[in-house]
Amino acid sequence: MSAPLLSVRDLKVTFAGRGRTVTAVDGVSFDIRPGEIFGLVGESGCGKSVTCRSLIRLFGGAAPSRMEGSITFEGRDLVTLRNSDFVDIRGSRIAMIFQDPMTALNPTMRIGRQIQEGLIRHGRLAGRTPRQAAVDLLKSVGVTAPERRLDAYPHAFSGGMRQRVLIAIALACRPKLLIADEPTTALDVTVQDQILKLILKLRAETGMAVLFVTHDLGVVAQTCDRVAVMYAGRIAETADTAQLFAKPSHPYTRALLGALPALHGKQDRLEPIGGAPPDLSAPPPGCRFHPRCRFAVGQCAREEPPLLDVEPGHLSACLRMKEIA
Amino acid sequence: MKIVFFCLSRIIQLLPVLLGITVVAFLLLRVMPGDPATLMLGSRGTPEDIAKLNEQLGLNQPLWHQYLRFIGDLVQGSFGRSIAYKADIGPLILERLWPSLALVGLSTIMAVVMTVPLAMLTAVRRGGVIDQIVRVVFVMAMSMPAFWLGVLLVLLLAIYVPLFPVSGYGEGFWDRLHHLILPAFIIALGTAALTIRSLRSSIIAVLGADYVDTARAKGLVERDVLWRHVFRNSLTSTISVLAVHTSWVIGGTVVIETVFGIPGLGSLLVSSISARDYPMVQALTVTFATLVVIINLLTDLAYALVDPRVTLS
Repeated sequence: MSAPLLSVRDLKVTFAGRGRTVTAVDGVSFDIRPGEIFGLVGESGCGKSVTCRSLIRLFGGAAPSRMEGSITFEGRDLVTLRNSDFVDIRGSRIAMIFQDPMTALNPTMRIGRQIQEGLIRHGRLAGRTPRQAAVDLLKSVGVTAPERRLDAYPHAFSGGMRQRVLIAIALACRPKLLIADEPTTALDVTVQDQILKLILKLRAETGMAVLFVTHDLGVVAQTCDRVAVMYAGRIAETADTAQLFAKPSHPYTRALLGALPALHGKQDRLEPIGGAPPDLSAPPPGCRFHPRCRFAVGQCAREEPPLLDVEPGHLSACLRMKEIA
Repeated sequence: MKIVFFCLSRIIQLLPVLLGITVVAFLLLRVMPGDPATLMLGSRGTPEDIAKLNEQLGLNQPLWHQYLRFIGDLVQGSFGRSIAYKADIGPLILERLWPSLALVGLSTIMAVVMTVPLAMLTAVRRGGVIDQIVRVVFVMAMSMPAFWLGVLLVLLLAIYVPLFPVSGYGEGFWDRLHHLILPAFIIALGTAALTIRSLRSSIIAVLGADYVDTARAKGLVERDVLWRHVFRNSLTSTISVLAVHTSWVIGGTVVIETVFGIPGLGSLLVSSISARDYPMVQALTVTFATLVVIINLLTDLAYALVDPRVTLS
C-alpha cells in the first residue's frame, strides 16, 4: 500500500454564532492515497462539505472559530499552515469544484480569462500562450469549438458545459488532489453521467486523487474506490466501495442502503430513516445515531463507539457491529 | 456603432417624455397664484397698466396659444424671452449651465473616488474600527443640512486656514476648479454617504458568491479576488443609486450655489420662480429634465459596460 497523499487525523471544526457553538466536524480521520477516488457520503448537514472545505480552507465567508487536529498533505500540516502559504497550494496542488455550476463562474468575466487566471498565477503556461493553454484545457474536458468559446461569457453556457469549464479551471495546474463537492447534484441525470465519466477519465490520465463528496450512493458505486460514511460530524463507517456495499456494518449505512431502490431482484419496500439528524450544537450522548437506530440498546446512549476493524481496510463505529454485520 | 444606434433610439423614445414635461411645467406655472405683471409693477400699478403689460407679454392670449408659442420657441432654440431679464433665455441658461454642470460633475467624481476604496475597505473589514468610523462620519455628514456644513467648512478651510476661496466662481479653468472644490466636496459627502452604504452591502453579498470561492480556489491572492471578481459584480445597484442621486443633485444645488455664490442654474430657477418669470421657469424645467434624461442614458450605458448580460437594444 502506497503512502497516503493526504492524511486527516482527529479533525475538529467548530463554528461560533449567536451565543452557541456548532461542532460541524468532530474527530474525523481518513487517508487519501495518490490516484484514488475517495467518496465522502452522508445526509445534508453531516459535515461532509465542511470537511472538504477544511482541506482547502475555503468556507464561503463563514470561517470556523476553531480548527483542531491535523491535515497532512505532502509533508505539511494544512491546519496550521499560514494563509500566505496556503494561497500557493490552492489551484496548484489542491483544487476544488463546486456543487452549483450555474453560480460558480464569474458572470462578468470571459470564460477564457477565468481559465487562464490560475495558469498565470502559478506560472504553468509551459511556453504556450495563455490562449493556447486555455484552448487545450477546454479540449481536454470535451468542450466543442474551444477557440470560439473562450471569448464567451458564462451565461452563454449550459449547466453541464459550465461544470466542464469549472473542471478545466480546477485541473489547469495539474493538482495532486481534486476536491469535488457534490459536482453532479445540480445537473440532470444524463449530464451527471457525462461529468462522472469525465472525472474518471481525467483521473486515469493525470493520476490525481479525488475527494468526491456526495449524498448519492449510486454515484459512489459508479466512481469511488473507497468511501467513508459520515453522520453528525463523525465517520460512521469506512471501507472499499465493494466491501461497503457487500457488507455494510453500521446501522446508518444499512439504513441508507435500505432507502435506495434496487434495479434487480425482488424489491422490498423502501425503508426511510425515522427522525431527523441531531442538532450539532447539542449532539446526543453516546453514539450519535442511537436515537434513530433500530438496533440501539441502553449502552448506545452512554458509550461513544470507536472506529474498529470489521475486516482488513473496513472500519465501523458501532458497539453492536459484530452482531449486525 | 451599436452604442450610437442605441443612444439615438433612446433619445427618440424620450421625446414624448420631454413633451409631457413641457405640458406639466407650463400648466403648473399658470396654476400658481400671482402673475408677473402685478409683481413687476408693484402696488402702484393700476389695473389698466397691468392689462397693458399682460398684453405686451402675451399673457392675455388663450392658454393653448401661449403653450404653442412656448413650444415654438423651444424648437427654434431661442427658448423665448425672459420677462425679468428682458433678454433671450437661451444664452442666459447656457451661461449658468456650465457652473452647475461643473459642480455636479466634480462632486460626482469626488463621490466615486471616496466610495470605491471606502466601500471596499468597510466591506472587507466589516465591524472593524474603520467601518464604524466611516459609518459615523457619513451619517453625520448626511444628517447635517448642506448650508450648515457649508458654512462650517468655509469657516474652517477658507477663513481659519485659508486654503480655499470663501465664495465666487473665479476666472479660468484652475481658478474655477479651486473655487468649486469646497462646494463640490459638500455635495459629494451627501452622495458618498448613500453610495458607500450601497456598494458596501453589495460587496458583502458578492463576497459570499460561489464564483468568489472558485477564484480563491485557483490560488489568487485576496487583492486580485477582490478587484477582479468581487468589485465589478458589486457595481450594478450602486450605479442606480448614484444615478438617482445625481439627478436629484442637478436640481438641488441651489442651497450650495447660494452659500458659495456660484452663478448656477439652481439660483436662477429660484429667482425666476419668485419673479413669476414664466418663460424662464419653463425653459429651466425643460433643461433640468433633459439633463436627467441624459443621466439615465449614461446609466444604461454604464450597466452594459459593467455587465455583459445587459444588451443594448
